[in-house]
Amino acid sequence: MTIRVFIPGDAGAVAVGADEVAAALAEEARAAGIDIAIIRTGSRGLFPLEPLLEVETPEGRIGYATVYPRDVKALVAAGMLAGAPHEKRIGRPEELPFFKRQTRLTFARCGITDPLSLDDYRAHGGMKGIERAVSLTGTAIIEELVASGLRGRGGAGFPTGIKWRTVAATAAPQKYVVCNADEGDSGTFADRMLMEGDPFALIEGMAIAGIAVGATRGYVYIRSEYPHAVAAMEKAVAIARGAGLLGHGIAGSAHAFDMEVRVGAGAYVCGEETSLLESLEGRRGIVRAKPPLPAISGLFGKPTVINNVLSLATVPFILAEGARAYADFGMGRSRGTMPIQLAGNVKNGGLFETAFGITLGELVDDVGGGTESGRPVRAVQVGGPLGAYFPRALFDTPFDYESFAARDGLIGHGGVVVFDDTVDMARQARFAMEFCAIESCGKCTPCRIGSTRGVETLDRVIAGRDVERNLAIVEDLCHTMKFGSLCALGGFTPYPVMSALTHFPDDFRRAPAREAAE
Amino acid sequence: MALKPRGESGKTPDVTDHQPWSAETARAIIAANAGREGATLPILHALQETFGCVPEAAEPLVAEALNLSRAEIHGVVTFYHDFRRTPPGRHVLKLCRAEACQARGGDALAADVERGLGIPINSTSADGRVTFEAVYCLGLCASGPAIMIDGKLVARVDAGEGAARVVEACSR
Ligand SMILES: Cc1cc2nc3c(=O)[nH]c(=O)nc-3n(C[C@H](O)[C@H](O)[C@H](O)COP(=O)(O)O)c2cc1C
Ligand code: SF4
Ligand code: FES
Repeated sequence: MTIRVFIPGDAGAVAVGADEVAAALAEEARAAGIDIAIIRTGSRGLFPLEPLLEVETPEGRIGYATVYPRDVKALVAAGMLAGAPHEKRIGRPEELPFFKRQTRLTFARCGITDPLSLDDYRAHGGMKGIERAVSLTGTAIIEELVASGLRGRGGAGFPTGIKWRTVAATAAPQKYVVCNADEGDSGTFADRMLMEGDPFALIEGMAIAGIAVGATRGYVYIRSEYPHAVAAMEKAVAIARGAGLLGHGIAGSAHAFDMEVRVGAGAYVCGEETSLLESLEGRRGIVRAKPPLPAISGLFGKPTVINNVLSLATVPFILAEGARAYADFGMGRSRGTMPIQLAGNVKNGGLFETAFGITLGELVDDVGGGTESGRPVRAVQVGGPLGAYFPRALFDTPFDYESFAARDGLIGHGGVVVFDDTVDMARQARFAMEFCAIESCGKCTPCRIGSTRGVETLDRVIAGRDVERNLAIVEDLCHTMKFGSLCALGGFTPYPVMSALTHFPDDFRRAPAREAAE
Repeated sequence: MALKPRGESGKTPDVTDHQPWSAETARAIIAANAGREGATLPILHALQETFGCVPEAAEPLVAEALNLSRAEIHGVVTFYHDFRRTPPGRHVLKLCRAEACQARGGDALAADVERGLGIPINSTSADGRVTFEAVYCLGLCASGPAIMIDGKLVARVDAGEGAARVVEACSR
């Protein structure tokens, strides 16, 4: 009988040797005369375990963690292919506390199924959403989404159903569905994992969006830093087209919807939705003033649904299981689950999907297990490069849109970056300004010039020159950027800067004070 | 570390077997893509994949095919960090300098690699052996520091030994 072995093809596993492990195992099994089939899955999402290899046994899938090519021979000899004991054996991965504590709705299949097998997709609940959607009117689909409370997972948290309503209500000969897969925030990788591990969920979600609003064309705009995601999406789109999930008469209905993958070119600002549309149209990624909203005049001036990967990939679940099943999770106005990404100096780094409401402290200390370095956690940046730094004193903040906003922060795309006590927060503040200067689209003076001035001024602070006066200038700059910027790149860069200043004032006063040099 | 062929999608590759500039080849690439909606980026990616960069000589050809001004195309090429004006070194090393990798020792790694290669980040060695660039997140933020070398991703690259291996791979 063929023994099935699962090895992630996720970039996070490949980057630590998963391809070489798969090759070594194929070779070793051939030499030993054991009949195996290697299935490349997505990652389950606990990256310290990668490369995580799983063997199908009567007791379920048995995992072996951090398997490197050099380990393969000994593992096979020890009976790994029968699930035998070994120091690398971790048992059934889903029994690990990290996974047991999660509620996986958006990421239900990721790490488990073959991402490019539609049969696997169906067998694990895929296609149910679109099958229900084609039996409904566009309005009914949209109202289901509104009732689910799903809010955009790209950062701004705007209700997805409401956005779709506007597109549906705007008459036009052509409408578009655009998926924002630019995922530029440091500390985030959920979009990447989803596209590599369960691409049909995104395709199904986009097709449902097309049906709901009357759009027939879609684009997925993926950043160029994600070659594996690009390859996976391209293959999945071709397979979906061949199977009738895309094209004319999708899922046996009278609807038409097709889509294409497009690749960015290394510009963080192109994650901003109007900049992304400019880029898709072939121009520089300069942010557009709103109004008009993309929902009314978006890609090529046509009504456009533009949503993050996770927003769209959650749609099939909501349609399949009903709005209630989703809205039952969460707290306050943050309904459902959030795929949170634990990153940076954290022991258990990876994807943790859970209902809104878990506190930052639980996330970092309990789920994350503290720092990887073993030193105390000092600061946590939540929500990417435009997100605030939180000190331990604010670890009681519940993870939801409103609670973070109330503490001058944001959850953004759900990235949580942990730093230990060796971090210098003045340098982190400087980096926030530097990043803004590098990535500014150049349209607004406060963003373009202010960020460069911010770097220079913080350099003086770090050098100990006229610290208090220069810090006052930094605060002033932040104020100007916050209120004089068109988009959140210039407008939110003050969050990391000001939070560092507020919560870690000593770091800005470390250098021996010097007389003003100028 | 082996080179990995890429280019299924018109994304910009970092493999080193680029062709010398040829207007004829460029025209063929442009013609193959010009009919697409918003063709500019796919064309520029395809050109860079072939020639290793988007040379200035390509700008009027793209402009003509898309019925745009040369200034517009120049603006696009220079706006995006990915597009190069001259071919890169034989190896292209991208090192993540974003926050999650900083938190995991990225600064020390960057310093070691700069020292080992003898060039600062965002430059090409005088002998044309390596182009060393900063990148802001590769989506490997739970297993940093992360790099991309000739299109291949590598995570958990530590300063010291890891840096030495990277420098070695770029010296071949
Ligand atoms: C500078 C900047 C970068 C952004 N980057 C992204 C991104 O990478 N991915 C994303 O989905 N949204 C990003 N956004 C948010 C988008 O503008 C937009 O809100 C989102 O695509 C809407 O989709 P959603 O409602 O599903 O979240 C960014 C916004 C700004 C200002
Ligand atoms: S804030 Fe910065 S990135 Fe945003 S539109 Fe203005 S200049 Fe461009
Ligand atoms: S921050 Fe380096 S890979 Fe994301």
